[in-house]
Amino acid sequence: MRRAAALALAVAAAASGAGCGREARLFHRVPGGTPRPTLAPAATAGEAAGPYDANAWALSQGKTLYGWYNCNGCHAHGGGGMGPPLIDAEWRYGSRPEQIFETIAKGRPQGMPAFGGRIPEDQIWMLVAYVRSMSGHVRHDAAPGRSDAAHTMEPELLREPVPWRDAGASP
Amino acid sequence: MSGDARAPALPGEEEERARLERALDPGPGLRGWLRSVSHRDVGRRYVATAFVFFALAGAAAAAMRAQLLFADNDWIGPDLYNQLFTMHGTTMMFLFAVPVMEGLAVYLVPLMLGTRNVAFPRLNAFGYYTFALAGIVLWTAFALDVGPDTGWFSYPPLAGPEFSPGKRVDFWAQLVTLTEVAALVAAVEIVATTFRQRAPGMSLDRIPLFVWAMLVTSFMVVFAMPAVMLASTYLALDRLVGTHFFNPVEGGEALLYQHLFWFFGHPEVYIIFVPALGIVSSIVSAFARRPVFGYPAMVLSLIATGFVSFGLWVHHMFATGLPELGESFFTAASLLIALPTGVQIFCWIATLWTGRLVFATPLLYVIGFVATFVLGGLTGVLQASVPIDTQVHDTFFVVAHLHYTLVGGAVFPLLGGIHFWFPKLTGRMASERLGKLGFALVFAGFHLTFFPMHQLGLAGMPRRVYTYAPDSGFEPLNQLAGAGAAVLALGVLVFAGNLLWSARRGRVAGPDPWGAETLEWSAPSPPPRYGFLHPPVVFGRDGLWEREAGSAVVTGLRSEPESGTYEVLLTNLVDARPELRADLPGPSIFPFLTAVSLVGTLVASVFTPWAPVFGGVPIFLSLLGWPVRTPPAPVVLREGEVPDVRPAPARAAP
Amino acid sequence: MKRAARAALALALAGCGRPAALDPAGPQAARIADLWWLSFAVVAAVYAAVLVALALAVARGRRARRESAGDGPPAPRPPDPARTRRIALVIGAASAASAAVLLVLLVASVRTGRAIARAEREHPLVVEVTGRQWWWSVRYADGRASEWFETANEIHLPVGRSIRLALSAGDVIHGFWVPALHGKRDLIPGRANELFLRVERPGTYVGRCAEFCGHQHAKMQILVVAEAPEAFEAWRARQRGPAREPRNEAERRGREVFLSSSCPLCHAIRGTSAGGQAGPDLTHLASRARIAGNWLPNAPGHLAGWVLDSQAVKPGNRMPPNLLPGPDVQALLAYLRSLE
Repeated sequence: MRRAAALALAVAAAASGAGCGREARLFHRVPGGTPRPTLAPAATAGEAAGPYDANAWALSQGKTLYGWYNCNGCHAHGGGGMGPPLIDAEWRYGSRPEQIFETIAKGRPQGMPAFGGRIPEDQIWMLVAYVRSMSGHVRHDAAPGRSDAAHTMEPELLREPVPWRDAGASP
Repeated sequence: MSGDARAPALPGEEEERARLERALDPGPGLRGWLRSVSHRDVGRRYVATAFVFFALAGAAAAAMRAQLLFADNDWIGPDLYNQLFTMHGTTMMFLFAVPVMEGLAVYLVPLMLGTRNVAFPRLNAFGYYTFALAGIVLWTAFALDVGPDTGWFSYPPLAGPEFSPGKRVDFWAQLVTLTEVAALVAAVEIVATTFRQRAPGMSLDRIPLFVWAMLVTSFMVVFAMPAVMLASTYLALDRLVGTHFFNPVEGGEALLYQHLFWFFGHPEVYIIFVPALGIVSSIVSAFARRPVFGYPAMVLSLIATGFVSFGLWVHHMFATGLPELGESFFTAASLLIALPTGVQIFCWIATLWTGRLVFATPLLYVIGFVATFVLGGLTGVLQASVPIDTQVHDTFFVVAHLHYTLVGGAVFPLLGGIHFWFPKLTGRMASERLGKLGFALVFAGFHLTFFPMHQLGLAGMPRRVYTYAPDSGFEPLNQLAGAGAAVLALGVLVFAGNLLWSARRGRVAGPDPWGAETLEWSAPSPPPRYGFLHPPVVFGRDGLWEREAGSAVVTGLRSEPESGTYEVLLTNLVDARPELRADLPGPSIFPFLTAVSLVGTLVASVFTPWAPVFGGVPIFLSLLGWPVRTPPAPVVLREGEVPDVRPAPARAAP
Repeated sequence: MKRAARAALALALAGCGRPAALDPAGPQAARIADLWWLSFAVVAAVYAAVLVALALAVARGRRARRESAGDGPPAPRPPDPARTRRIALVIGAASAASAAVLLVLLVASVRTGRAIARAEREHPLVVEVTGRQWWWSVRYADGRASEWFETANEIHLPVGRSIRLALSAGDVIHGFWVPALHGKRDLIPGRANELFLRVERPGTYVGRCAEFCGHQHAKMQILVVAEAPEAFEAWRARQRGPAREPRNEAERRGREVFLSSSCPLCHAIRGTSAGGQAGPDLTHLASRARIAGNWLPNAPGHLAGWVLDSQAVKPGNRMPPNLLPGPDVQALLAYLRSLE
């Protein structure tokens, strides 16, 4: 009987997908500190993962912040406009997490403002993770679902990884 | 012994008994445990497993009470607290309250009807495994930080994809579906068994009140459960594949969920409560030494309660701004449902009034039930009014009300019923002293915990808050409730300790230690796997009180150990004339395998929409095994024993 | 200071004496309280009657048991037909009486509901309340569009005037509940709900969010300040205006700190370039009795703690910690406290 219970628990544990990393609600974040260590391997093999790529709550926060900080103004919901699209394969300034972080924090030529002093570092990492999820490059069990808004695309958790072409992709 | 334990043995009984035992013997070890389809085993497991979940949910409640002892307390943060109250509510409602009643029914209804098993024994076993595995998955998820945290009813948009990231709510949704499957299975069993497998002579107006209660409950389950499966499935689809059922911007509606959920949710509390009404009837008749007063009124009240409970659901939504006229209809219905329950209370009081009372623990729980449930029902009458409800909805007043009705109305009768049927289940008597002590602690602790909450709600304390402001003035009453919770917990421990100890060391009980009237008391304590060797024939409503020892029994039902089957007698729906002999299947591992496949499929569907497609394969394959009837394991003969080599008798004409 | 004290007093008194729902400050809550007391009296009488009947039944049953022979359970006794008829009549009468009682409650409830539903419809003052995780956005959109203004968490109302609260939700379902004034109403995304009320007694009334809305549901409080019409108009005139200009070096420096940090991305201060919409409007922050969703008093220590690490006060709320150097914090505080 006891063996059966232990076996059942093990199966259930495996089936629950080891939620710890994915489900943690990271409230007390170190302001301006170093990014948290990687919580799980990246969705796409051979790729570096950002610190929040596997945390569902942080990805969801990133999606909310993307709207609050009006990234839509230039990038729309990833389709681009005044700014380049974020859901396609081209990464002008690199697709690695640190490179995306720099893009947001320090700005880039041709119009990307520097948000470094404005958006806390922790939140920039959340935006980095969210931006990567827009082209399907985070774990699908952590990626955001649809938002309660009008829709033009499938939600992030259903997006297949777009093969990135950029100088920054890991070999 | 024959179907009537008091009767002398009939010729050929030893042989028949041995054959039945072998037909139902699942085999040794873990595999044997998993193969059993005896209603006795399944029912006992339901009850035991449900009480394990009760203890877990109670622990969650204790943690919440501790956190709320002091204003602005920070022992438990908001995230864990949200998970705790969600797990408490979800477990109590889906994993304890309904399954424990189902389990009692599965155990008792065939015995009360004088038959050998439920109508579909393998389906029954499947239902239990589905429920047990679902509960294990949920609590494992909680342990792994992926337990649900949006309340036991989990409203979108909060529980939707944007505001509840991760997989927590998805596990909740799958749990709901799985427990609904188990409940539907049990309901189907009860209805089929009650309609067709009654003892000869047990016409509809002679069915015990407990069986009537379970019959009404089962119909309620059939009509209510699909609504919540829809609600949780729509929520799961919104989250996993991006549908818009509850997205107002794309044509969905947040209130749709509430309607679907509460169309189930209100009957659900009656699904929990109506079986308890049946338990109370059983206890009252046994301990007042007379049949319950007003049998037709009792039956009609049960049926009326079942019907009217489907017309109340909007009273959970009085704060959402629905049209006034519509709300008035639900006020009227919510007031109306008090009447049939009131009639039942009056009939019980009349029974006690004209009876000769034996003050054993079960009767104490019934008295506690009346004192507690009626108060809860009356606060329900208060809340039926829309203006009053707009003040107390979603506050601790409702928490008080729901506990008064569910604990007072269902748990007290359940605890009394466990004491009452304990000798039947285990063959031993529970300690009366400990039983009475447990009752006193539970009763006092309950009222001390929940009565102050009425005041807290009126004073402004909402539900589901992990703390409250120091200047709110809520602290003293919360501390009182915390003290009460400690007493209540102690009472539950005494209750459980009593039963665990008495199951080993209690005084041995005969078949009918209380001198009660229903047929289960004519079977041995505990009954063998096959229930009745010779099912009894019934001549009146009052069961054993109208039968003399040695009255007519049914003989000639075959059993075939070689193919693992045995017969039951099917009788006519209205007046229970014998009609057919039907084969029931013996032990099998396939119900367990199907349950594992189903649970596995639904858990996998949390992560990918392909799961139902691929998961359908093992489910289908395991279902293929259900009609297979395997012979039982060979009997090992002891030294000098002569094997039974006579051929099985030819099947008699029906 | 006076505001804070009044708010503190209101909050403290909320605990003792009459519970808030039964201490009405306006006609809506008063009607509900009246209905409550009537219904309570009725159900209390019913409960007492049931308990008395139960006690009598138990007493009689005990006596009957003692009078029967033997130690074991007495033999079951079939009921006596004449007695059965009498009892059936009693039960019938009791059921009829119950039905009558329920009818009375139904009529009282429907009448109260109708009276409340029809009240305060004449030229109400409109206040738009939007529930967000985990604060209240309040907009006074009366009169000319140039006079509209936004504030947060603290609602001022003129005594004796009809009010219409237009309730909407910015994210999930919230519940607006000030028990001293009226029953609660949910704020549901995609639905426009409303609450009509009037306040008769000046004072400060506490309310809370009444529909579970996530991590900080517990600390999402409402403060309603009901004041004489002249005082209300004076308050409204002040709120309409832009933020006060800094009066000294510290406040000027504070404004610089505010505008150059992350604050403007979420918060708005009218009259400056800060126009964020994600968080509460801070234009007249210093005029409010409390901060942080009315959870903390609006005092320098609390304000500093909130700005530096709001997560320690309300874990999970949407405002990130802000690591600012000491002198900057002092300057920022000076500026924020100048925003009367």
